[in-house]
Amino acid sequence: MSRISDIVNRIKSGESTARREVEQALAQAKANEQYHALLSLTAERALERADEIDARIRQGEVVGRLAGVPFIAKDNFLAFGAPTTAASRMLEKFDAPLQATAVEKLEQEGAICVGKANLDAFAHGGSTENSAFGPTKNAYDQTKVAGGSSGGSAVVTALDVVPFALGTDTGGSIRQPASFNGVVGVKPTYGTVSRYGVVAMASSTDTIGCFTKDIEDAELVMDIMSGRDVNDMTTLPDFFTPIDALQPGQKIGIIKESMTDAVDEEVRHQIVNYIDKLKAAGHTVEEVSLPMLQYALAMYYIIVPAEISSNLARYDGIRYGHRADNVSTLAELYGRTRDEGFVTENKRRIMIGSYVLSSGYFDAYYQQAQKARTLLIQSYETLFATYDALLSPVAPTAAFSLGENTEDPVKMYLADIMTVPPSLAGLPAISVPAGATAAGLPVGVQLVGQRRSDARLLALAKSVEEK
Amino acid sequence: MTVISRNDVQHLAQLSSLQLTDEELDSLQADIGNILGYIEQLGELDTTGIEPTYQVTGLENVSREDTVIHSQVTREQMLALSTESANHQVKVPKVL
Repeated sequence: MSRISDIVNRIKSGESTARREVEQALAQAKANEQYHALLSLTAERALERADEIDARIRQGEVVGRLAGVPFIAKDNFLAFGAPTTAASRMLEKFDAPLQATAVEKLEQEGAICVGKANLDAFAHGGSTENSAFGPTKNAYDQTKVAGGSSGGSAVVTALDVVPFALGTDTGGSIRQPASFNGVVGVKPTYGTVSRYGVVAMASSTDTIGCFTKDIEDAELVMDIMSGRDVNDMTTLPDFFTPIDALQPGQKIGIIKESMTDAVDEEVRHQIVNYIDKLKAAGHTVEEVSLPMLQYALAMYYIIVPAEISSNLARYDGIRYGHRADNVSTLAELYGRTRDEGFVTENKRRIMIGSYVLSSGYFDAYYQQAQKARTLLIQSYETLFATYDALLSPVAPTAAFSLGENTEDPVKMYLADIMTVPPSLAGLPAISVPAGATAAGLPVGVQLVGQRRSDARLLALAKSVEEK
Repeated sequence: MTVISRNDVQHLAQLSSLQLTDEELDSLQADIGNILGYIEQLGELDTTGIEPTYQVTGLENVSREDTVIHSQVTREQMLALSTESANHQVKVPKVL
C-alpha cells in the first residue's frame, strides 16, 4: 500500500519512475476487474504523460507535488484519454473536448489520471447500482454495494489501485461510499473546488472532493484542487491551508437524533468507540440536538430533483450525446433520446423536479423546502456558536446487499439521511473510518464543521488517526 | 397521501420531454406517488416569515474583466460531438 508521499519520494529518489507507478496502477486495475469499479482505463495517455514526467525528472527540472502519482476520476469529470460517460447511455460515446479544472490542477502538479470510475448514472443514487453499465461491488464483500454515487472511486482507493481518487458529493456521494469501503472521503465547503468540466447534477449543493487512505493525503489533494476559478463563479477565494496539529480541547457535539434505534446497533457501537478516541485525545464530546435532521431528507428530495430537472434539460440529443434513430419530429427526437439515454432513477428525479416546480405546486413544495433550508442552516449556526465540530454516523447501516433497496426508491433515499443536511447548508463534511461490523464491513464517522473550517476538520480527524 | 393519476404521470413525462413506455409509466406512477408521500411531511413545518435560501456561497454579483477569453475548444471539435452536422452546422430533423 502506497501513500502519495511514498510514491513521490520513490520517484524523486530514482528508486521508481512515473512509468513504473502508472504500469503498476494499470496492472492493479486489471487484477481487480471483478469489482467493476472502473468504466475505462486511460492507459495510452497515462503512459505518455508518465514518460514526459520521467524525462523532465532526468533533466533535473522542477516537477510538481504529485509528480508521477496515478489517480482515478469519477466518470463525470471531463478528462482526456477515454469517453466521459457519467455512467449513462446518454454520454456513452462522449469524448470531452476539454478537461475539468480539478483534473487540470492535479495534472499541473504532475498527477496522472489512469482511469475513470463507475458511478450511478449522472450521480443519481446511493449504491452505484444505477450505473447504465452495471454495479460496482464493495471492496470488502462482493455481495454488498459499493455505496454511491461515487462507488467506483471509493473501491479503487480501498483496493490500492491508486492512492487517491476524485468524486463528487451532492448529498453524500463521497462520504457514504467512503464509509462503506473504509477510506477517507472529503466533501468540502460548497464553493471550495471548481466544478467547471464536471457533469452538473444539483448546482446549489454539487461539490468536488476526494478519496484517500489517510488524512494527510486528503489535505494535499484538497490543497491543490481548491481555489477560485473564473470558469465557475461559485468558487470561493482559496482558504484551504492544511493544519499540522490541532490543540486538544476541541468541543464536539454528537447529534443525538443520529444515534437512535433507527441506526444499526453495530454502527452506533463503532461511533461510540470513535468518541472514546476523541476524548482520549483531549477533546470534549457532548450530546447535542439537531431536530431539523428529520426534515432534511424531504427538503433534499425536493430541491435536488428541481435542480436536476433543469440541469438535465440540456440532454436533448442535438449538440452532443446520444440521439435516437428513425424519428420523424423534433418532439419525438427529444422524447425518445431522453427515454433511451437516461436510467429509471434519472427519469424519476427529472419528473419529481418537474412536479415540484410546476405552477400550483411551486409554493407548497419548492418554496417551502427552501424556507425549511433556512431553518436548517440557522439550527447549525446555533450549534456552531458552541461547538467546533458535529459528529454522527455517515450512514444508518454498513454496506447493504446488492439489490436490497433497488425496488424501493424511498428506502434507498433514507441511506442519505445523515449526509444530506450538511450538503443543504453548504458545510464541509468528512467521512473517516471508525471501525468495522462483526461481519467485517467498514463503518465511517462523519465530522461536520462550519463553512471554511475544512482544514480544521481534517486536523481533528488526524488527531485521532491510527498510523 | 398524494394520489398521482396516470394522466398526471403522462403530463409530467411530457413536461420533462420523456417519451415513456407503458411499463415505465406504471412503475413511475407508483414510485412518484411514494416519493411525494415522503416529501409531503415538510408541510408540517411552520415557515411563516422565513426567507428562502437559494444558494449558500454568500457571494453576490461575481464579475470578471469584460475581456474575451478565447476557448481552447474549436468549432470543429464541438461539431464533431453532434450526431449529424453539415456546412459547419448541427443537423436536426425537420421542425415545421
